[in-house]
Amino acid sequence: MCGTCGCSEGNKATVIDLQTGEHTHIDAEGNEIIHTHDHDHSHNHNHEQDHKHDLSSVSAHANAHGTTVALEQAIMQKNDALAIRNRAWFSGREILALNLVSSPGSGKTTILERTIIDLKGKTPICVIEGDQQTANDAQRIKDSGAPSVQINTGTGCHLEADMVMVGLKALKPTAGSIVMIENVGNLVCPALFDLGEMAKVAILSVTEGEDKPLKYPHMFQASDLMLLNKIDLLPHLDFDVKACLAYAKQVNPNIEIIQLSAKTGEGMADWYTWLDNQSAKAVAQAFV
Amino acid sequence: MHEMGITRNIVSIVAEAAKSQKVRRVKLEIGKLSAVMPEALMFCFDVVSKGTVLEGATLEIVEVAGKAICRDCGANVELHQIVTACTCGSRDLKRISGEELNIKEMELEAA
Repeated sequence: MCGTCGCSEGNKATVIDLQTGEHTHIDAEGNEIIHTHDHDHSHNHNHEQDHKHDLSSVSAHANAHGTTVALEQAIMQKNDALAIRNRAWFSGREILALNLVSSPGSGKTTILERTIIDLKGKTPICVIEGDQQTANDAQRIKDSGAPSVQINTGTGCHLEADMVMVGLKALKPTAGSIVMIENVGNLVCPALFDLGEMAKVAILSVTEGEDKPLKYPHMFQASDLMLLNKIDLLPHLDFDVKACLAYAKQVNPNIEIIQLSAKTGEGMADWYTWLDNQSAKAVAQAFV
Repeated sequence: MHEMGITRNIVSIVAEAAKSQKVRRVKLEIGKLSAVMPEALMFCFDVVSKGTVLEGATLEIVEVAGKAICRDCGANVELHQIVTACTCGSRDLKRISGEELNIKEMELEAA
């Protein structure tokens, strides 16, 4: 939904470019509407029912039970096709794209702020921020020194590949950079929607339950890395780190785990090493 | 509630294939491990199909069981839930079915 112009009816998402302040709407069909305000959709459906029924592409076994037509199509085909396009776009530019997923409040944005500041001058980073409302997070990222766009999904509970595509158009990330896609805080729906990323990174904080990997197994199975954040708070909590790591491995034996605190900086070096290795992988895979 | 968006995809794909013909039945294949609830799809379908050629159509959902092969011992493993271990104790399983989200067929009203 667009807070400035209010033209939210039928829009799936709004993309705000923090550098220029421009915004773009994406409608339910995935079409971009670049802020023209005449939504003059006069849908004149003149169905002149002359019943010719040209079943050219369809085997016309018309009988009393109707005609059964095999479709054999993937429900997610549109999103998946765009995700493949995004992935190829990243790959050709040797860009490492990561999809950061977690519940709200795990510290995704704080981890990104610190990462941007610590890697300044070493690795160019830009960020696509997903939230239902506000451009607060993209503003925080911009204040840390990285280009960012905010995607507001309105009532939507996850980012989709078409939104990322519009975000990339605004950001124009440079070759060899890292694109961080911070998904809407939600451990359920984002697992289903491929955005074209190289890996999903799940963030869990020690102020949440240690059994979250068991409660939301889809997300932890889909992720390559889990960041266990806010470990500076452990002395004040009953959080069982050992049990949490065991649950994560139980759900996904191949998941890598890094314990860190974006506040004190503990463990952040391991995260940067992981990013370096993944960036090297993105370069190596670019033209395979 | 991702089922709403998924149902919109279903209605849009089927309506396009049906052109302007009335659709009587749609058959889906939904994997049991796909994180999509058939009940929620049914509910959303009634809402989303309103005013389209799919309005009033029956939604038939075939659930596909989860199956995997154990990467350690090679056994076939039935996945009744998303987190399962092989009888050998390994959790390193290669999933071969259970994540399907497909539209199998549609039935059009006879001319």
